Amino acid sequence: MLDFTILSENFDMFLEGFINTLYVSFLALIGSFVLGAILAIFRIAPIKPLNWIGTIYVEFIRNIPLLIILFFIFTGLPVFEIRLSGFVAGTLALMIYTAAFIAEAIRAGILSVPKGQMEAARSSGLTYTQAMLQVILPQAIKIVIPPLGNQFINLVKNSSVLTIVAAGELMYQGDLISSRTFVTFDVYIFVAVFYLIITLPLSLGVNRLEKRLAVSN
Amino acid sequence: MIKFENVHKHYGDFHVLNDINLEINKGEVVVIIGPSGSGKSTLLRCINRLETISEGLLEVNGVVVNDKKVNINEFRKNVGMVFQHFNLYPNKTVLENIMLAPVKVLNKSKEEAKKTAMYYLEKVGIPEKANSYPSQLSGGQQQRVAIARGLAMSPEIMLFDEPTSALDPEMIGEVLDVMKALAREGMTMVVVTHEMGFAREVADRIIFIDKGQILEDTDPTEFYNEPKDERARLFLSRILNH
Repeated sequence: MLDFTILSENFDMFLEGFINTLYVSFLALIGSFVLGAILAIFRIAPIKPLNWIGTIYVEFIRNIPLLIILFFIFTGLPVFEIRLSGFVAGTLALMIYTAAFIAEAIRAGILSVPKGQMEAARSSGLTYTQAMLQVILPQAIKIVIPPLGNQFINLVKNSSVLTIVAAGELMYQGDLISSRTFVTFDVYIFVAVFYLIITLPLSLGVNRLEKRLAVSN
Repeated sequence: MIKFENVHKHYGDFHVLNDINLEINKGEVVVIIGPSGSGKSTLLRCINRLETISEGLLEVNGVVVNDKKVNINEFRKNVGMVFQHFNLYPNKTVLENIMLAPVKVLNKSKEEAKKTAMYYLEKVGIPEKANSYPSQLSGGQQQRVAIARGLAMSPEIMLFDEPTSALDPEMIGEVLDVMKALAREGMTMVVVTHEMGFAREVADRIIFIDKGQILEDTDPTEFYNEPKDERARLFLSRILNH
């Protein structure tokens, strides 16, 4: 049977971890969405150097483990006299890593909008940027939402890697409680439940949004 | 108003447009016909620089279109385009489709743009569809909205790229009627189409193009009665006797 006293006696620590995970996820989510959207535009824009930057970023970052990016930021940057806390380094690493995947999802969404849409918009005198904002992106968003939802869910789960730099998030708190009480199984069950509290609503939210957008089409 | 001078275009090894010389005057209705792959759509799409030319000079409205310094968005205000597959914006209502460019490009107020949009919707005969989405319209209605969308910018030239090819036969007439009315009002029109009835009734000139070359440039009666070029004769007999 699950030992609920583990939960009640260490509730403050669980809660702190939960809030920190929420924090990290929220910040990294906003950051990676903005960075990912910019990278996606870089890869599609009719300007060669931007294409290269976008491609190099995506191919490098998505093909290295998150843990290594995290180590590089946490232990590599101090070489250049930049010292970041585990929390900040972790959030940055998550953001940088997830942005590569989000860029790919958004790019695929934009490319799936028929070419004639851009042609119609441009031939009526709209600039490339206006056509993107007014015509292409609103259509791409609907296609992009399911894969984006997956990336956000991955992001929340990947934040558990941050325990390694003592970012104070859920996994780290779980590790602390476990090493202090010598209980493993029960502690991580509760940790998993706390993750579910974040990811399940996210998952259901994406499903509902997807359905609503499908209707408006 | 539109002038091609020794225009060439290559796609890699493929010579799409081969030494095109063509002049179209204000108020003229010119129909471009030719077999598929002949370069007729490419020719049309060069006029508003949806395609760039490789060599030669292309002047539209006094603007050298292939000059890199041209403000292309400014230039395109004056050239409306209607596509084979309508290309209406599916996430916007009919009204929003028509209002987008006038509001964003001409900086018209929403009210003014709406008034213009309704005016042109009346003109193409479907004002009652103003608040529908494109997916709720028939193909013919969608194409009429696309024409209204082009006209709402008050262009001096309208380009039509096979405007009826994607339509069911019973809807072709309603689109052609709108185009005929437009031609009678003196709009400069360049139309790529296989609609021979339309060409005969409305066109001032027929351009026959094959393998990237203009082989005929005559008035419709002459073209239909006795095309001078052998390939034009063959093409004509195929589409008239199918």
